[in-house]
Amino acid sequence: MIKDILRTPSFLWTAAVLLALLLVPFFAGRFYVYILAVVFVTGLLAMSLNLLVGHGGAYQFHHCVFYGVGAYTAGLILAKTSLPAWLGLCAGPLAAALTGLVIGAFCVRLNKLYFGMLQISLGSLIWIVALRWYDLTNGDDGIHGIPMPELLSGSVNAYYFLLIIVSACLALMYLILKSPFGATLRAVRDNPQRCEAVGIDVRRHQLLAIVIGTFFAGVAGVLFVVLEGSVFPDMLFWVLSLEIFIMCLLGGWFTFFGPMLGAAIMVALRTFVGSYTDYWTLILGVVLILLIFFLPEGIMGVNFRSWQRRRERRRSADDVR
Amino acid sequence: METSHTLAALTSQLLVGLSRAMILFIVSSGLSFILGVLRVPNVAHGSLYMIGAFAAHTIATAFDGSVAAFWLAMFCAPLIVAGISLIAERLLFCHLYEREHLMLLLFTFALMLILGDLTKMTWGADYRSIVAPPFLQGSIPVLGTAFPRYNLFLLLVGPLVAVGLWLISAKTKFGKIARAAAVDREMVGAIGINVSWVFAFAFVLGCLLAGLGGALVSPTISITLGMDHSIIIEAFLIVTIGGLGNIWGAMVGSLIFGITQSVGVMVLPQFAIVFPYLAVVVILTLKPTGLLKSVW
Repeated sequence: MIKDILRTPSFLWTAAVLLALLLVPFFAGRFYVYILAVVFVTGLLAMSLNLLVGHGGAYQFHHCVFYGVGAYTAGLILAKTSLPAWLGLCAGPLAAALTGLVIGAFCVRLNKLYFGMLQISLGSLIWIVALRWYDLTNGDDGIHGIPMPELLSGSVNAYYFLLIIVSACLALMYLILKSPFGATLRAVRDNPQRCEAVGIDVRRHQLLAIVIGTFFAGVAGVLFVVLEGSVFPDMLFWVLSLEIFIMCLLGGWFTFFGPMLGAAIMVALRTFVGSYTDYWTLILGVVLILLIFFLPEGIMGVNFRSWQRRRERRRSADDVR
Repeated sequence: METSHTLAALTSQLLVGLSRAMILFIVSSGLSFILGVLRVPNVAHGSLYMIGAFAAHTIATAFDGSVAAFWLAMFCAPLIVAGISLIAERLLFCHLYEREHLMLLLFTFALMLILGDLTKMTWGADYRSIVAPPFLQGSIPVLGTAFPRYNLFLLLVGPLVAVGLWLISAKTKFGKIARAAAVDREMVGAIGINVSWVFAFAFVLGCLLAGLGGALVSPTISITLGMDHSIIIEAFLIVTIGGLGNIWGAMVGSLIFGITQSVGVMVLPQFAIVFPYLAVVVILTLKPTGLLKSVW
């Protein structure tokens, strides 16, 4: 299997992009390195959502809660305790996955929209705790100046750390989606009744997917802390959850790298359009509507499809010959 | 003495919760109506509520806050909101009904982003407030506590809206057609009814209620950007626990939301907003499809 993957053109492309990203800090300014790092974090978050929504078909309406839980766990351990830093960094994703397990166990009993609504209310409970428990979380001010170990401080160090972790996570996600579990997940998405009938435990698969997805969201949360050195309650607010949805839509639901591309576009829009005008969300809204009307499968979705069509045409032409 | 004090405080909190519930009901019943007929979770509903409040402020202050201006504001602000929603529906939304829920949800989110920024452009980020007309100011004694008259007015309007909406959806021809179109769009179209316009009217009626809620709430709070974010999530949860598309369900949900929060203030002031969410969790865990029958 590994050998097959190594030979595919998409693997070569990935390797080339990775190499380019490794070289970026040598010639780009600090600002651009930072923006790229933000793209990594947001992209990982969006891809973890896509694992659930695009591939799993779950109505994961409040995904950013798990991102926030990961970030707050790491941030609190680093800022308020004297435990070793690596423990805090590892605890973040685990706490997120645990929260995902608890909330998911409630949610998978329900269907579609009800699933989403229950998740929003459970997620909002956690948001309120982050917002109101002043003694622990500093309320809406958030926690700033979280101390980082020597190895991770400085924007270039953080950049490389993020690049390594995000690449590892993406590789892991890719393997998960290629595995029999991933195939089952897509089957559950497309036809849950039929899966039930052939003996697949639909709820258990969905729950496992949620735990995996929320784990990666937690990783993204921890990486945010590494990059910014701060956490705040807006990371758990439902508006962010919908923004992640937009990233997936932008890039393409059913593609692997689509959400990463969508995140890059969102971050670029916010950074560059946001510096010209206060009304960048207006522009985002217009872009979103254009997208829904003309590119409902996202940018990569369309490319992928036309590419596939061309390939199929070539193949059928070969058959004729 | 001590117990009578607590009792009075409890009564007053209950009444405050009830009047808050009426606002929540007016907004969420519109959301519920749209959900029931169009099957669309309208995220932009909160923005329309906010625009209703801002529009009411502009109209009321344009005539130096006279009594007539207040009533004009209460009447016209919802109509302005209805106009905006009609434009959005005819221009964009009506082409999308065939899409899946997630796309429609994202479309209304885009609408929310746009309307939010347009509100910021038009009215700016200042805090504003409206003064209620003199006979709705002050308070009257109710069961040993002073209760604001305006809140009593809200307690009157809420049930009126409920009955009106119920009459429209259950007794009028439009309501019957709308409910039929929700179940089987093509069949209703096949017998010669213009389903597209039925959906448009249903959407506009729901949005009108959002505007009405915004106009009615404006004398009790400070009107500002961001009021859309908090109301929409509450309205969604209310509709969910009540049963999607069920108007009386929206009423029950609103009462639960308003009362748990206002009584929660007495128990744990700092975490009072936790209680409604806890109630939602308990209800959805016990009865996953909401308390009353969902139309879905």
